[in-house]
Amino acid sequence: MPQLRLRRVRDLLLPMVIFFSLILPARAVEPVRIGLTPTFLNERHALMADWRTYLERKMGRPVTFVLRDSYQETMELLHQQHIDVAWLCDCPHVTANPDFRLLATPLFQGRPYYRAYLIVPETDRATRGIFDLKGKVFAYTDPYSNVGYLVPRYEIKKSGVDPEHFFRRTFFTRSQRKAIEAVAVGVADAASVNSYIWETMHRQAPVLTGKTRIAARSQEYGFPPFVADHTFPLQDFRRLQQALIEMSDDARGREVLEKMNLNGFALPQPEIYRDVQDIVRYMKNN
Amino acid sequence: MGLFDLSLRHKLPLWGGLLIVITALAIIGGNLVQTHENIKKNMLVRSEILGRSLAKTLYSAISQDDVWRAYEIINFPMRAEARQPSFQLEDFVVLDAANQVFISTASRQYPLQTKLDKLGPAFSQLKTRLEQNDGRMVIVESDKILLGIPLVADGVTLGTLVLVHPANYYQASFDRVLKRTAWTTLIVLLILLPISWYWGRRMASPLTLLAEYMGDLGQKLPAPLPDRIYPHSDELGRLFQVYGQMRRELAEKESIERQMMKSERLASLGRLTASIAHEINNPLGGLLTAVDTLKRHAAADPVLERVLPLLERGLNQIKDIVGALLVEAKAKGRALTGQDIEDVHTLLAQEAKKHGVEWGWDNTVRGEVPLPATLVRQVLINLALNAMQAAGNGGHVGVSAALAEGHLALVVNNDGRGITPELMEHLFEPFTGQNESGQGLGLWITHQIVEQLQGNIIVNSEAGLTRFCVTLPLGEEKWPPPSA
Repeated sequence: MPQLRLRRVRDLLLPMVIFFSLILPARAVEPVRIGLTPTFLNERHALMADWRTYLERKMGRPVTFVLRDSYQETMELLHQQHIDVAWLCDCPHVTANPDFRLLATPLFQGRPYYRAYLIVPETDRATRGIFDLKGKVFAYTDPYSNVGYLVPRYEIKKSGVDPEHFFRRTFFTRSQRKAIEAVAVGVADAASVNSYIWETMHRQAPVLTGKTRIAARSQEYGFPPFVADHTFPLQDFRRLQQALIEMSDDARGREVLEKMNLNGFALPQPEIYRDVQDIVRYMKNN
Repeated sequence: MGLFDLSLRHKLPLWGGLLIVITALAIIGGNLVQTHENIKKNMLVRSEILGRSLAKTLYSAISQDDVWRAYEIINFPMRAEARQPSFQLEDFVVLDAANQVFISTASRQYPLQTKLDKLGPAFSQLKTRLEQNDGRMVIVESDKILLGIPLVADGVTLGTLVLVHPANYYQASFDRVLKRTAWTTLIVLLILLPISWYWGRRMASPLTLLAEYMGDLGQKLPAPLPDRIYPHSDELGRLFQVYGQMRRELAEKESIERQMMKSERLASLGRLTASIAHEINNPLGGLLTAVDTLKRHAAADPVLERVLPLLERGLNQIKDIVGALLVEAKAKGRALTGQDIEDVHTLLAQEAKKHGVEWGWDNTVRGEVPLPATLVRQVLINLALNAMQAAGNGGHVGVSAALAEGHLALVVNNDGRGITPELMEHLFEPFTGQNESGQGLGLWITHQIVEQLQGNIIVNSEAGLTRFCVTLPLGEEKWPPPSA
């Protein structure tokens, strides 16, 4: 009798042990840590939760989002391997960095490009380009920003003027959204902002963007990609890449993309970032 | 007619209303003064607390030349959701060490790096004050009210935080207080004015009435005040009481006077009639004797035989009338008995039938009563006949006779046409009777008899019932007569 019971217990336990040995290691693995500058996701926690759940299900691994306000800080986190992957919406320095590998490029309005919008307050009907803004107050986004800092300064410098003395006053707002706000409330006379972020904010609620006017649009630049540190395991790299690229293939993924105002993700093409790298190089050398 | 000549009826409510309005205005005025002081004090205290709490973080933003952070610091309390209705702050302006605009919450109004003296008189004054002042808070009151808080750390002034308030900072609160007080006053007025109006009327209308009635005094008896017109016992109430008392006394006096005049008139009439009757009676006796003698002794003369009976009847009629006028109480007779009264019932039964009158008879008198039977019977017959005539066909007449407390009470009533007030004045005078058939002496005789028996007679005629009450004192000394 006891023997019979023992066998029964063993018959029951064995499949359970096998089952748990299969799923437990997966549960115990380190999460994929993705660093974001939450500019465009400002206070959209529900969207981030949806996206994270989606990625976790796709990858079969937990995902953590690490939010930082400044590009520099996020880059530092990546360098020091506190995060595995970073998506900096407007930072040119990640694409040329040999320590980082390009993982995926978002598709905005169907293409992997974005622009710089030169915005002025809605009341300013005269300004047509950056050279109309001499002696005005200009809001930069971040010293590491492409469209929010490098692009306007590059244009001024290219025309032979010292960007340091072109404006009467400049200041940093640390984020694209706040640069838009600075122009909207009239603290700054102009700012140069990411077209993707302006359009997304405009679509969500045109409270701030409605008080601004796009005075000029720049040429296209490669949309800032997801980059991974070189220490990030290749298997995980591929898994995440696949998860992102396949987002547009299923309904749930498309729902999240729709909320993010993106069309999907594509395999990165390093050549689309050449223009930005040229600008960085130009500003450094001149 | 001036305002002060208005009737109290209007004056009292008007005064009440005026007092309420004046009180309300005084309250509003006081409130506004109090509000003004409170608002200013509150505003500056709140601004100072807010400014000082922002100053520390602003200092670090300025020292790092971080315009946007400074903007975020000052913009937070200005955001719509942080605003309270009583928040009187218009804008923040942060000045750098050179007294230029570093940042403000209204950059279009205060552009970055603008010099202070270009921002209007208040800021020019502020500049002067800041240059004189060293590290202390500055308050400037001009076209704006400015509160300047220096941003100082470790003895180094990096700039100034200026809190801008509108010069009419009290306006919104004033409007609110004014509106609220006006509504309250209106509601109070709506409640109190009718009360005041009612109270005024309540006080004034009896007074007005009194004044009106007092005006009649001297010409006629003033009308009585309505019952319970003012039932309280204050001065006004006492005034009405005294008026009522005065009026009652006057009415009594008048009634006594009228009564006296009436009996005086009847008395002199009585005396006159009596003397005339006596004067007629003496020759009349002789005349009758002469006619008698002629009848017996004169020769048969056809003329005389025709004239004499005529003469005798005429003289007898005169004698009857004179006899009737000359009521003789002293007439000898026996004492009254219950049967005498019953006899009247029997006597008049035929008469009642003739008039078609239904009559009630109630006699409780039994045995002998010390009163002259003939006279009492005559009184009763007179009154009953009058009543039958007044009642007319189908009318009712009631007669009752009873003894009570030393009196004989005879009551005769009828439901016929009443006695008019004019007739009532002269009711017992001779030849005033209202019936066409009689000589108009019945009531006169009745009155004379009652007078002589020292009784009284009361008549009232109202609401279809006319009643004669005769009360005769029982004469113990005289009746039964000594001879009986």
